[in-house]
Amino acid sequence: MPQISFIQAINQAIAEEMERDPLTFLMGEDVVLGAFGATKGLIDKFGAKRVRNTPISEAGFVGAAVGAAMAGTRPICEVEFASFFYCAFDQICNQAAKLRYMSGGQATMPITFRAVFGAMGGAAAQHSETVYAQFLSVPGLKLVIPSGPSDMKGLLKSAIRDNNPVIVFEHGALGWSREDVPAGEHLVPLGKAAVKRPGDNVTVVAIGAMVPKAMSVAEKLEKEKISVEVIDPRTLIPLDEDAILASVEKTNRIVIADEGHLRGGAAADLAAIVADKGFDFLDAPVRRVTSLDVPIPFSPPLEKAAIADEARIEAAIRAVVGR
Amino acid sequence: MDISKDKLLEMYRTMQKIRLFESKARDLAMAAEIPGFVHVSIGEEASATGVCAALRKTDRITSNHRGHGHLIAKGGRLDRMMAEIFGKRTGYCKGKGGSMHIVDYSLGILGANGIVGAGLPIATGSALGAVIAGKDDVTVAFFGDGASNEGTFHESLNLAAVWKLPVVFVCENNGFGEFTPMATVTSVKDIAVRAKAYDIPGHIVDGNDVLEVFRFTSEAVARARAGEGPTLLECKTYRWEGHVVGEQAFLGDGSYREKSEVEEWKRKCPLIRFEKWCAESGKISSAELKKIIADTEKELADAVEFARSSELPAPSEVTDDVYNNT
Ligand SMILES: Cc1ncc(C[n+]2csc(CCOP(=O)(O)OP(=O)(O)O)c2C)c(N)n1
Ligand SMILES: [Mg+2]
Repeated sequence: MPQISFIQAINQAIAEEMERDPLTFLMGEDVVLGAFGATKGLIDKFGAKRVRNTPISEAGFVGAAVGAAMAGTRPICEVEFASFFYCAFDQICNQAAKLRYMSGGQATMPITFRAVFGAMGGAAAQHSETVYAQFLSVPGLKLVIPSGPSDMKGLLKSAIRDNNPVIVFEHGALGWSREDVPAGEHLVPLGKAAVKRPGDNVTVVAIGAMVPKAMSVAEKLEKEKISVEVIDPRTLIPLDEDAILASVEKTNRIVIADEGHLRGGAAADLAAIVADKGFDFLDAPVRRVTSLDVPIPFSPPLEKAAIADEARIEAAIRAVVGR
Repeated sequence: MDISKDKLLEMYRTMQKIRLFESKARDLAMAAEIPGFVHVSIGEEASATGVCAALRKTDRITSNHRGHGHLIAKGGRLDRMMAEIFGKRTGYCKGKGGSMHIVDYSLGILGANGIVGAGLPIATGSALGAVIAGKDDVTVAFFGDGASNEGTFHESLNLAAVWKLPVVFVCENNGFGEFTPMATVTSVKDIAVRAKAYDIPGHIVDGNDVLEVFRFTSEAVARARAGEGPTLLECKTYRWEGHVVGEQAFLGDGSYREKSEVEEWKRKCPLIRFEKWCAESGKISSAELKKIIADTEKELADAVEFARSSELPAPSEVTDDVYNNT
């Protein structure tokens, strides 16, 4: 199996899906040059008709993706940094998400939105935010957060083939991470969690870049005979509740680690589900490890203080296992 | 228009400050002494300078991601700016903003901004605020050619036009938005013609000629102050450096513009042009200009020293300033 990076995985997934379906096309700011690599070279393979640089006009081109989907094509629409989704909120939340339902099932919205999110070192509040929670309460959208190259490729391919609006959030700090990725047809279904590491004493549900962090904490605690099961939900909508609840049934303890905020965040949502449906399994309170409820600051020591990290995951695990 | 000698000296000093500050910021970012994204406007100094020279202290500006020049031209202190891009507590934003987000309300600097096009509605609202408060202050919005494709540009021009707000929209057209040539994503050759759609004056300005920028802005500001409404100025210019410092690392040999184009614009350097004008007009001696350079180098060296020796914020400061608790 070839080792590729997160960014190469994106590139391969898009190239393969565009190869497969002539109505799949790519649009976004600077996708032709693809400076960061995710879309590099696609212009040479697919030409200017299907690889389109947009003006800097998110409300306009995100909405154009909605219209293109309604016209029967399959747009892949890149919005550079996920905070720029705010500039296109209406087209995503009022239009893409709702029009199928509001038209009594007439509209089909096979759109994949992609954007980089998360803290990556001094990018400050308008380029570092974790924004999927804002979309969690918008029925009609699917939310995908890959934690490594292999899932990135398999999930993105599934997202592109999905007949609904799917937002794929790509953590900026994972860009150069590498791992073995199956060549050729490699699909990861939306709505299926991954058990990244089996364990008996505590479940850690980790999202996005929290997955590698949780894995390193689990490895460390293994030496102290604290056995940590790490679960990556991979998609927040649809959500593999069964996988999470089955794990809690086994370990009776759960920590949820997310880089988003505490209030109204993805971790809050998952915690509520576990409290609701897994209460009888629990021997300890559900713990959330999140970033602080502040805009992500620029200065490195402040950013470090704001962002959820290994130390906080470890402390939460120790708190629930009592060791 | 006769421009006083003091004004001329001030404009040259401002351009030198921007050039030297940003050259230093670029070098420090390349050396990884400062974190984050740093966008410099080297080659574009005349537009920030000429525009702000036509403003008074109580006038306000909004800026964008390429904002050091605007802030310096509106009176921003080099030491506190440098400290901010170092992420230090003594910086303008206590280290919370960084290069893309420097603010000094006391100087009417409503802020650099990481969101393209975000400054235009804010400037429009600042002008509205002046009207409501019964003040004759003017607000300038600085933005790029790329930002003129955002809805916020169009909505702001329309709103400012119908309410006749005292705002001047200054587009710094450097021909690119990131790595995309303007012509491939913009329906017009000149951004200034977009003013027609909103029935306001629009002017194409040589953005590398600080005197021309000053004249056009003075006129637009006078109009705005007199209650006659907004103006759109398009300063044609060019950035010599990359979109973002360090872009060579990820662009590799991928290039988006010709070297010869960059060289051609370097020959139109706004500082050299002003120096030549001084020599030809006999208004300012080269000794006076040299003294300004020496003073500015000293001011910059002190600013870097101040930034380096300042403390980083303490982790506990992370929760300060989210809300106003007074
Ligand atoms: C809403 C939004 N979209 C995209 C970006 C990414 N971005 C940052 S600068 C830039 C180019 C801006 O071009 P222009 O307005 O011409 O200013 P210039 O950089 O040329 O000075 C882009 C696309 C952003 N910061 N905000
Ligand atoms: Mg530009």
